[in-house]
Amino acid sequence: MTADGNGVDGAGPLLRVDGIHTYYGKSHILNGVSLEVGDGEVVGLLGRNGVGKSTTLKAIVGLVRPSRGQVVFAGRPIAGVSPHRLARMGIGYVPEDRRVFRLLTVLENLRTGLDRHGVTKERKQELLDKVYAFFPVLAERRNQPGGTLSGGEQQMLAIARAMMLEPKIILLDEPTEGLMPRMVSQIREIIGVLHRERVAVLLVEQNVPLTLEASQRIYFIEKGEVRHHAKASELQVNDPVIHQYLGV
Amino acid sequence: MNRRHALIYWSGFTVIVALLALAPLVLPEFWRRFLTEILIWGLLAMSSDILIGYTGIVSFGHSAFFGLGMYGAAAALMTTRPPSLWLALGCGLVAAAAVAAFVAYFSTRLRDIYFAITTLIFSQIFYVVIFTSTELTGGENGLNFSRPALAIPGLFSMPFDATTLHWFVLAVVVISFLLLRRITQSPFGMVLQSIRENEARTRAIGYPTERYKIVAVMLSGLFAGLAGVLYAVQNRFAAPDFVFFVVSGEVVIYNVIGGIGTLVGPILGAAFFQLLREGFSRFFTEYYLIPVGMIFIAMVIFMPQGLLGFARRWLNR
Amino acid sequence: METFLSFFHTVPLEQVVIQTVNGIVAGMILALVASGLTLIFGIMEVVNFAHGELFMLGAYVGVVTLAATGNFWLALVAATLLIALLGAVIHVTTLRPLLGRDPLTTILATFGLSLVLQNYALWQFGPVARKIQEPFTGQFTLFYLSYPWYRLVIAGLSAAIIAALYVFLKYGRYGIWIRATTQDRMMAEAMGIPVPWVLTGVFAIGSGMAAASGVLFGPLVGVNHAMGLDWVLKAFIVVVVGGMGNLGGSILAAIFISLLEAYASLWLSPAQAIIVSFVVLILTLLFRPTGLFVPTPK
Repeated sequence: MTADGNGVDGAGPLLRVDGIHTYYGKSHILNGVSLEVGDGEVVGLLGRNGVGKSTTLKAIVGLVRPSRGQVVFAGRPIAGVSPHRLARMGIGYVPEDRRVFRLLTVLENLRTGLDRHGVTKERKQELLDKVYAFFPVLAERRNQPGGTLSGGEQQMLAIARAMMLEPKIILLDEPTEGLMPRMVSQIREIIGVLHRERVAVLLVEQNVPLTLEASQRIYFIEKGEVRHHAKASELQVNDPVIHQYLGV
Repeated sequence: MNRRHALIYWSGFTVIVALLALAPLVLPEFWRRFLTEILIWGLLAMSSDILIGYTGIVSFGHSAFFGLGMYGAAAALMTTRPPSLWLALGCGLVAAAAVAAFVAYFSTRLRDIYFAITTLIFSQIFYVVIFTSTELTGGENGLNFSRPALAIPGLFSMPFDATTLHWFVLAVVVISFLLLRRITQSPFGMVLQSIRENEARTRAIGYPTERYKIVAVMLSGLFAGLAGVLYAVQNRFAAPDFVFFVVSGEVVIYNVIGGIGTLVGPILGAAFFQLLREGFSRFFTEYYLIPVGMIFIAMVIFMPQGLLGFARRWLNR
Repeated sequence: METFLSFFHTVPLEQVVIQTVNGIVAGMILALVASGLTLIFGIMEVVNFAHGELFMLGAYVGVVTLAATGNFWLALVAATLLIALLGAVIHVTTLRPLLGRDPLTTILATFGLSLVLQNYALWQFGPVARKIQEPFTGQFTLFYLSYPWYRLVIAGLSAAIIAALYVFLKYGRYGIWIRATTQDRMMAEAMGIPVPWVLTGVFAIGSGMAAASGVLFGPLVGVNHAMGLDWVLKAFIVVVVGGMGNLGGSILAAIFISLLEAYASLWLSPAQAIIVSFVVLILTLLFRPTGLFVPTPK
């Protein structure tokens, strides 16, 4: 399946995952997962709990090493490369349960992504200003420890933090989990902003309406494999396909 | 274990014991003594394996158990006339058990690293106490005393010579090995190994892991004390140096080199280490610990299962 | 009760004050050694058995540099930098391969290291103790006794170094990296922080601090290959009593224990005064195992 947007030189999608397998001890978690994300695309990954969605993201970001298969990012194979190199190459990661640095202030959290080599002071200030504009509440709380923020605010911080890396793609793992409906629509807006900024998004979710609205294409995972793939525009919320892969 | 395995295992065992028994008859004096000492250190290392290899906790307290066994025996040997072997054994074991109970009580409530550090500090406590109680323990000079005879009161009395002492030590070590083997394969031993694999799960199933660990430490301390008694009998002196925590460290080294969780591995580790020390000290005189230490570090990194580690499952069946 | 009080009357006030000062001085140096250890343990979960040997080697580098240049402060800086470098090398070669393995292996590896380093020092420098000259002699009168200025300077310098460490950790890019790595190693990596190098850096800093303590303390005792052993033991006690990984706690614990020991040595011999720290440890383990100065979690 070709993606909507190829790399700048047409050499292939921004991110390609090719038949990766992972194990946890003796358990076979990922059983040959393949997917693609093009430049600036928003791609959704839907599936029930425990099918391997988070593990797929972790394998891309280098936190889990696939025993078989390939991950190619911007034309370069990245399976086995350490996470900190991948972050610098432009892969941002917002994990499930956010994982903000609780004892660091909001600003310090942002600085973990901001303090990179080759970024001028002006550029850093630019990025900070930009993110404070998108997330005014973070600007307000900039000197407060991350752990004192509410769930929704922490989610914004986690995303803002990843944006500090100026990534080409951000992996979002269930960003709306445990959030109030008002916050869910805010997440929808943020994904829209990322899309406008030409940042690709790989969105793992269980919230179907949000995913359908925000993504261009959707993959369905079941039991560690990608079982179905469709354009978001071709799907509706009450589609039997949705029910098949997400219903109880 | 199945028939064939039992056959191979026990014949191998018998051959080795026979060789060890014959050794003093053919070896020159120096090596005879060397072998006897290896057996004693091996016993000490074996006692430590109960904790490291089977329960999964590292103790640096073995020097305390060993030393107290030594001093306990010394006390007995110095106070009775004629010096009694069995009294020495008794006192040494009681002393070691008491220390082990004391250490176990405080340390087992802590996990991993904290347990290791605490046992180490306890070793040092005993070291300082022994070192400074000069009237009682001879302080840094230690105690000298005479070797008891192998005697059953009323029946016979035969003073030890190098060979018979070697056989006595060998007998004690072999019996200890058989006992420990039995224990590690018993239900109790199985619980210990389960603690090693996953303590939280073992506790969740319903076993009072704290108590099992305390018993394991005491058991380990008992056999370490036994090694101390043997050492006292063999060498006729006791010194605080043996209580210093570095001795515990060396014991752990024997365990790791030989292979933890195998019981025999540590004996091999002790032999290997002592031979290395002997060999290197011919070339490097006092600084043999430098190459030996580096070999040890390399083994920790590249061969953590130790010399016999590959045979661990087989040896435990 | 009478006899108890009269017991205290036998000790002249001056001595108590002197011991207080001694206790604080020793406490500050111990705090410096212990904070290096706490840093390493708190951030890397590595129990560094070789810490005492880094202290000892620092002192030796100080001896050699002092002999070559005649300048104490140069010796201090040289020792700190050189041993920090040694620490980095040690981490990369022996500890990094052990990342992710059972913590037992780092205990063993650092223990093996301590044996190697100790004997190396014995080989290179021989068993006879060396001396480091104080950078300045000169005493002031404290009551009826003269008290060397140098001791106060040591305490001050130790405090300064610890304060510098605190500032470094709180502000500055690398401080943030270190703190982030401590809190959530995986996420720090996912944010582009080169975690393996952060760990090496922390180990180097801890080693440097140990070395600095060695040089500072050198003039007070002889420098010999075994000097590390006593200190590492005390440092471990301090780290446990202060709450493992708790920097502030270990500083308080260091001073607390040193003060108690200093007072105890009014009645006991120095060798026996050590028992005080052991007793404190036992009591802490019994009643406040998370650390004497750390509120026990409910």
